Amino acid sequence: MSLGVIMLVHTGFDRAEQMVRHWAHAGCPVVVHVDSNVPVATYDAFSQSLADLVNVRFSARHRCEWGTWGLVAASQEAATLLLEDFPEVQHAFLASGTCLPLRPIAELQRYLDAHPDTDFIESATTADVPWTVGGLDRERFTLQFPFAWKKHRRLFDLFVKLQQALGYRRNIPDGIVPHMGSQWWCLTRQTLDAILRDPHRPTYDAYFRKVWIPDESYYQTLTRLHARIVESRSLTLAKFDYQGKPHIFFDDHAELLQRSKSFVARKIWHDAHLLYQTFPLPDDPLRADEEPNSGAVDRVFSQAVERRTLGRPGLYMQSRYPSSDRQTSIAAAPYAVLQGLDDVFPDFSAWLTRQTGAQVHGHLFAKDRAHFADESEVYRGGLSDNARLRDYNGKMFLTNLIWNGRDQHHCFQFGPADTQDIRWTLAKDTNASIWVVSGAWSIPLYDSGRSASEVRTEAARLQRIEDKFLRVLRSPDARARIKIMTLAQFIEAPMDVLQTIIDDIAGHRGNALKEVPKMPDLTGLPDFLQDLKNQGMHPFLTGDITVGNTQQTIPAVRRKPYVISGQ
Amino acid sequence: MAPPKTGLWHAYRLRWKRRRFLFRIWRKRNELTVSLDRTTKISSDAILAFATVRNEIVRLPHFLDYYRELGINHFLFVDNGSDDGTAAFLAQQSDVSLWTTTDSYRLSRFGMDWLGWLQWQYGNRHWCLTVDADELLTYPDAENRDLHALTTWLDDQGEASFGALMLDLYPKGSLGSATYQPGDDPTASLNWFDADNYRDQVHPYYHNLWIQGGVRERVFFADEPARAPTLNKTPLVRWSWRYAYVSSTHQILPTRLHDVFDLKGDSKVSGALLHTKFLPIVAAKSAEELTRGQHFQNTALYQDYHRRLTKNPDFWHEGSCRYEGPAQLVELGLMSKGRWV
Repeated sequence: MSLGVIMLVHTGFDRAEQMVRHWAHAGCPVVVHVDSNVPVATYDAFSQSLADLVNVRFSARHRCEWGTWGLVAASQEAATLLLEDFPEVQHAFLASGTCLPLRPIAELQRYLDAHPDTDFIESATTADVPWTVGGLDRERFTLQFPFAWKKHRRLFDLFVKLQQALGYRRNIPDGIVPHMGSQWWCLTRQTLDAILRDPHRPTYDAYFRKVWIPDESYYQTLTRLHARIVESRSLTLAKFDYQGKPHIFFDDHAELLQRSKSFVARKIWHDAHLLYQTFPLPDDPLRADEEPNSGAVDRVFSQAVERRTLGRPGLYMQSRYPSSDRQTSIAAAPYAVLQGLDDVFPDFSAWLTRQTGAQVHGHLFAKDRAHFADESEVYRGGLSDNARLRDYNGKMFLTNLIWNGRDQHHCFQFGPADTQDIRWTLAKDTNASIWVVSGAWSIPLYDSGRSASEVRTEAARLQRIEDKFLRVLRSPDARARIKIMTLAQFIEAPMDVLQTIIDDIAGHRGNALKEVPKMPDLTGLPDFLQDLKNQGMHPFLTGDITVGNTQQTIPAVRRKPYVISGQ
Repeated sequence: MAPPKTGLWHAYRLRWKRRRFLFRIWRKRNELTVSLDRTTKISSDAILAFATVRNEIVRLPHFLDYYRELGINHFLFVDNGSDDGTAAFLAQQSDVSLWTTTDSYRLSRFGMDWLGWLQWQYGNRHWCLTVDADELLTYPDAENRDLHALTTWLDDQGEASFGALMLDLYPKGSLGSATYQPGDDPTASLNWFDADNYRDQVHPYYHNLWIQGGVRERVFFADEPARAPTLNKTPLVRWSWRYAYVSSTHQILPTRLHDVFDLKGDSKVSGALLHTKFLPIVAAKSAEELTRGQHFQNTALYQDYHRRLTKNPDFWHEGSCRYEGPAQLVELGLMSKGRWV
């Protein structure tokens, strides 16, 4: 067999042994490098366990710490041994103890035979690809990194900043252009040999020794000097999260791995027994010539990551608590807050439900209890109507309600008689549409039949509270969609406003108003308001209501748009 | 709510608080009597479980099976004066070490001083799970991935702790009506929960995410929401002898360990503790609690709570959710996969 394997092992020796045997039984010579941090006894036991295999060698050991030169030195050592001891090897495959072949090795062999001159190594110039973690792409080649990133993060960062501030730059040796990519490659004998025997190798080695994470750039850069055909992708399926840490594959990824059609995958969880049983798949002539296709896996992983990390706005839970100054939307979905409309139209909620099909709640923040759409004591998700529970953390009450019912559009009535603690939350939430008919609280007072002198204090209180709310809504920090009109403006043309609200809630499904909510007779309202004024309480939020504009307005018929067809 | 305390002075005070806890743990070490010490069996990569129990013979058979399956290698129990054969049962288990005490549970900070001493001795460098006998930890993909998979991944990510929400499970119908035999899966008879009435805020002193709500608050604490049970926990920690739990596993010092939530809009991985308190035995247990008074600081309030529990109330309502497994809890947003894809 012309495929040789270099395997770097530092832990999980039982699985590593299984994998070495696997490659070796398929006829591939294997050179194993064991991290020199591994205790001698463990190493001896491991090498003993593989003593029966004739085509397995152990190379001299180096200290392999993440991101250090040791990993490159280890693979150089092992590659030299592989090329010397096994002259039949035409392709060298770099793997780790946690790499698992997904397809039969014969298929990989056949694939490589079909591409005898191709080096499979992911290799991109740093200028073009911003995929690295921590923003260090170009700079990993031009700065010094004396401190370990994992152990002395602060020193590492500080030293990087210092060099950036001073404008320090290392010289890159002549003739090479820094490239980076996955550290798992498969190179041809010719390329690998040329890299290892390059007369400038001491210069390159000395340079890369001080580059950060050289195992992602040493072969990736030098291959470009010697290769005949570079296929810039790795034959090993390895997924990294956005922090650059490798994803681990578990039993539940079996189907995904199968779909990827990749030859080898890493990292495999040590105890993923199902994966180790399933893979490599048995020979299948139908699949034998298929190209690896990791696109599906990429999509699944990135979708999953997005959905699970970013895609759940409006959710607050054990491990997600976005602080309010970092986000613009607070609740999970758009909702409408309607102030004053139910004062104008007594059966407004029922009417709005009929018109839009939305969940129309009553006064959710009423002082006595939360009036849910169905007037239940316990709403969906176990939300209680208890006012104390609600007011203990009104914001979470709201976000819970919207999160749990995010399949529907929610609307609720609000007013100056309600608990007001929620107002800043409403005003700052881009998901809120707030409609205010200011001064509408005067209608129930008028309707109560009590005289102006009796309701004067109450009217003053409601006006003061509503005014505060309006000031919040008009503040520059308010980000909700806000429409404020006075009672006078509203009753001038109520149908236009109602139509806009319905279009907003129901979207394109909003129909022309078939049915108009009933407005009470307001003929005495101007006198009532004048009485209030005479008592010294000016209801300035109602706007200027005169006798003429309190007549019930007849809805304008919404005409269907029509087109005059030409000719 | 007061703004969170921050700054160097606060950090320094917390540091001393932690030292005081450690001193207290050390001072109370003599309250424990070793009954069975099998701790020499603990290997260096073992995951340990710590629990204080009292008369839990009904729950323990399933508890042990469940956590063995999940990957716990050794259990360290403190038996606080059981008289129902709990100690004898535990002694028969080959992976259990057992200590006994008859001292006050309340004065031991609800068992945390005793467990703290065991953790101080045996927990160092191990992943340690600290739970009650009525708490079953679950997390995303728990069917396919054991605790070793989770902790290895957490190690990889540089995380030293794992958060979980307490999820109260209850039956449909009155609490006494459910049936349960020792060894049964309690989630079979307690298979309903409240999905979406949990309130989060940042704790002003310890800066943990403080979650309250759930069915107990809905039914028992509606008039005093501030006193409602705390539901956030950090039950799984890669232990160091310097660490100390504060109040149950809700808070831990140093505080970075209970920073198991994300403030930026991501979510970290988190799990849930299925709380099986409301098995049919709860009425009898509550009656006993009423006379013992060993639970929670504000005992007067909790007396009323226990009194009402003895009357087998019904928690179920139209909107209750039937428990289906970890994937459902992820979907509902009660736990999260974070980046653990």
